[in-house]
Amino acid sequence: MTAQSCPRQHCATTMDSAALEPSLYTVKAVFILDNDGNRLLSKYYDPELYPSMKEQKNFEKNVFNKTHKADHEIAFLEGMTIVYKSSIDLFFYVVGSAQENELMLMAVLNCLFESLSQMLRKNVEKRTLLDNMDGVFLVVDEIIDGGVILESDPQQVIEKVNYRADDNPLSEQSVAQHITEKLARTSNVLQSAKEQIKWSILK
Amino acid sequence: MIKKFDKKDEESGKSNIKYMLTHYRCSILLLTAYFRGRNDDGCFAKEECLQATALLLTKDMTGKEDVYRGPAIRALCRITDTTMLQAIERYMKQAIVDKVPSVSSSALVSSLHMVKMSFDVVKRWVNEAQEAASSDNVMVQYHALGLLYHLRKNDRLAVTKMLNKFTKSGLKSPFAYCMMIRIASKLLEETEGGHDSPLFDFIESCLRNKHEMVVYEAASAIVHMPKCTARELAPAVSVLQLFCSSPKAALRYAAVRTLNKVAMKHPSAVTACNLDLENLITDSNRSIATLAITTLLKTGSESSVDRLMKQISSFVSEISDEFKVVVVQAISALCQKYPRKHSVMMNFLSNMLRDDGGFEYKRAIVDCIISIIEENPESKETGLAHLCEFIEDCEHTVLATKILHMLGKEGPRTPTPSKYIRFIFNRVVLESEAVRAAAVSALAKFGAQNDDLLPSVLVLMQRCMMDSDDEVRDRATFYMNVLQQKQKALNAAYIFNGLSVSVLGLEKSLHQYTLEPSEKPFDMKTVPLATAPITEQKTEITPMATSKLPEKLAPSRQDIYQEQLAAIPEFQGLGPLFKSSEPVQLTEAETEYVVRCIKHTFANHMIFQFDCTNTLNDQLLQRVLVQMEPSESYEVLHYVPAPSLPYSQPSSCYSLVRLPEDDPTAVSCTFSCTMKYLVRDCDPNTGEPDDDGYNDEYVLEDLEVTVADHIQKVLKPNFGAAWEEIGDEFEKEETFALATVRTLDEAVNNIISFLGMQPCERSDKVPENKNSHVLFLAALQVQHMEKFGHLSMTRFPSLKRMPVHMSQNSASVGWVYGPNTSLIL
Repeated sequence: MTAQSCPRQHCATTMDSAALEPSLYTVKAVFILDNDGNRLLSKYYDPELYPSMKEQKNFEKNVFNKTHKADHEIAFLEGMTIVYKSSIDLFFYVVGSAQENELMLMAVLNCLFESLSQMLRKNVEKRTLLDNMDGVFLVVDEIIDGGVILESDPQQVIEKVNYRADDNPLSEQSVAQHITEKLARTSNVLQSAKEQIKWSILK
Repeated sequence: MIKKFDKKDEESGKSNIKYMLTHYRCSILLLTAYFRGRNDDGCFAKEECLQATALLLTKDMTGKEDVYRGPAIRALCRITDTTMLQAIERYMKQAIVDKVPSVSSSALVSSLHMVKMSFDVVKRWVNEAQEAASSDNVMVQYHALGLLYHLRKNDRLAVTKMLNKFTKSGLKSPFAYCMMIRIASKLLEETEGGHDSPLFDFIESCLRNKHEMVVYEAASAIVHMPKCTARELAPAVSVLQLFCSSPKAALRYAAVRTLNKVAMKHPSAVTACNLDLENLITDSNRSIATLAITTLLKTGSESSVDRLMKQISSFVSEISDEFKVVVVQAISALCQKYPRKHSVMMNFLSNMLRDDGGFEYKRAIVDCIISIIEENPESKETGLAHLCEFIEDCEHTVLATKILHMLGKEGPRTPTPSKYIRFIFNRVVLESEAVRAAAVSALAKFGAQNDDLLPSVLVLMQRCMMDSDDEVRDRATFYMNVLQQKQKALNAAYIFNGLSVSVLGLEKSLHQYTLEPSEKPFDMKTVPLATAPITEQKTEITPMATSKLPEKLAPSRQDIYQEQLAAIPEFQGLGPLFKSSEPVQLTEAETEYVVRCIKHTFANHMIFQFDCTNTLNDQLLQRVLVQMEPSESYEVLHYVPAPSLPYSQPSSCYSLVRLPEDDPTAVSCTFSCTMKYLVRDCDPNTGEPDDDGYNDEYVLEDLEVTVADHIQKVLKPNFGAAWEEIGDEFEKEETFALATVRTLDEAVNNIISFLGMQPCERSDKVPENKNSHVLFLAALQVQHMEKFGHLSMTRFPSLKRMPVHMSQNSASVGWVYGPNTSLIL
């Protein structure tokens, strides 16, 4: 990889800097890639880090190229500490700043992996993950909120998410049906809300 | 997409409906987020969405189903703006102290997010956060601590109190401990607390925590503390040593990375871990292996260097640029430590230079090669050859110009300078404007130094004069004309050694000149000199952070002083500031009043700036001035007192002194100084002063004016040329015995610091095992004189070639002066 493809050159590459400002904002980004390096899920919590989709994908590609060959758990790229883990055809990544406590990032990664593993009944692979994508999003949101570690105990996460992977995923037809139904009712709710709402309820 | 609740069958229908409902809410949320993101200036659907969502979420927030309450709070806070914040304040306060941990945590974290938006509102929830901090739940503790710290971080006292409380109550969450360690080390740094502080004790006690995360955080905090001694480091190093053999890669990585950092400042502290580090150099995680090797390179012996370099070259292509930079820096440090190893290193570096890599990586290598060349004359030719090869295919303008400059400086003085010309001229043909211009300058230096190359260089210059770029053409024309004169003095002044004035000062002077049109040509001598020599900065080992981009040209210290002094009416018409000294302390550190002095030298005057600080909180000083009694024929012209000096607010007073006119050689002088002032006692709490005051005085230490105050360092990159330029008219030779000096190094350092001159061509470094050495010093000396009633300053270049000889236990120094004979030692 050449310098041109590294978008954050100006602030990256240093592995050293002043002591960490005490803060709860630990996680810079989380993403899950498949074994071709395609993005399945990704969340960036620091708006200054890779603000555009293009930069994000570029970063993910970079990370994937450096990490997919061997399961080494931790890497340092573009000025960021990255902990990762793979399972069958999936790669899980948690990104933190260069000075971040690596073990805190590991705690997040482990919690994410364990929670998904429980939710997906140990079938941590691309297919089941895609089938239960909504649950996966809920899990991620219960573990990290805006970069702050919300929960690190997988058991707690599972309880909060209250979600079980379905044994019989719905056929395509029924999915379509449900979506239409859902959209219709969504607009109903909106409609009725619009009529009913008294802003004062909030006061 | 129906998902079942994990409930009993008979309830499943009901819960499904509920589930669907939450999903509608999610959809709405998505919609909301979508509109908020897309259309902040008021899409019609935004208000509806917000209202609908807020309504549903508020119901959820307060509903019975605990599972929904946390997410509802987080979602609501996400869409809340400042106007809505007031409305949900009551809910938030309740939620923060909710007994359900997920609700409390969500409320705390959401509050933290909203601090950015509305600090004042969130600040009102501090009592609730305080209550939440004593929760049994580990995550609630952590989040409460984080929020409390953010709300209080500007109030050091409150943070200290909070920290005291939590260190005593003993939080359970390892995350919270990590946070506390960070807060504690920040406090220590701010208060410059010693290692006997309870904060340090707390951090050290965390080394015995049962969570590895906390132990590591504590060790890392100790390692990062400035001014940590080897003894204080020892416990931290020993836990890191244990981590080195952990089965967890992340922990090994963390440990070795931190040890690497320790090794930079305290290599001996890490030697105990050498065995553990040896085990890591074959680690399958290349990041760990690299860090282990570079750490060993810093701590190990010379004999292990070859083996380690071999090991690292086996996988250097696999590691990321960041780590390659680490490797290069380790090599750079190593070359300074073991100069004899430079051939191994140079080989390795040239291979690395050929590999792919980003700008930072290449720059690190180039910097490293250049520093090796400068340190080891015998590696010059190989090094230059590698650099030449590199610029043949170099996409980074900055590096190409840097290397061309280096070639221009070093190339002409090699045995076969002609071979570099081809590389340089290739740049003129192929590269961008900036590189072409640099190449032209480099070519000119070859022409100026080597008479036999001159005709060829002139032909090439001719070619450059037809360049499409202005700068390139200008340079070529200029050099062409200078070279054609074939005068050594011109070459030295305009080709080898550039301007030594401050760029900002030059800009200002030129601007001034254009504002006041005058018959006279612009006089370069009115421009203040550049204070810090531009190159020769990176002699010490470069630390890991190398990625700082070239900073904008900041005004130098002297430019700032010039500005400040010019603002004082009494100091008008003194001409440009020649030199500002380093501050000299005139009091002990712990006295009632702290005074330090900065000496500003002008053509015929000196200004003494006294920076005074009053450390008594029950006194207000007024009309503060420092009275000076000179020992020589210096004349104190004027005092500018500091009008008022309240407690702990530094202020400056000035004294203007005229230098002795008749005797320009009387440069050194001792002043006895007394601070005089009016004291008004005041209330320590309110700072309200009494109406009456009384005069008092305070005796300060004597102030010395020395030779060095009249001398400004200048760097002559090509000393020989500068020497020739001056001619031998003023040359004078004298020999002095330096009786008390024991080694060459000592002699050289003493001479430099006494004369305050700039060592050139790295002649301040004495090669090992030699008993004679020639030191090159350059400076400008100010000559004090008054001509025709006009103030003028003449700057004499003052150059010295000083052969220093060592004989049994004593050194003698002879020197050959430059043109300046007035300097008395």
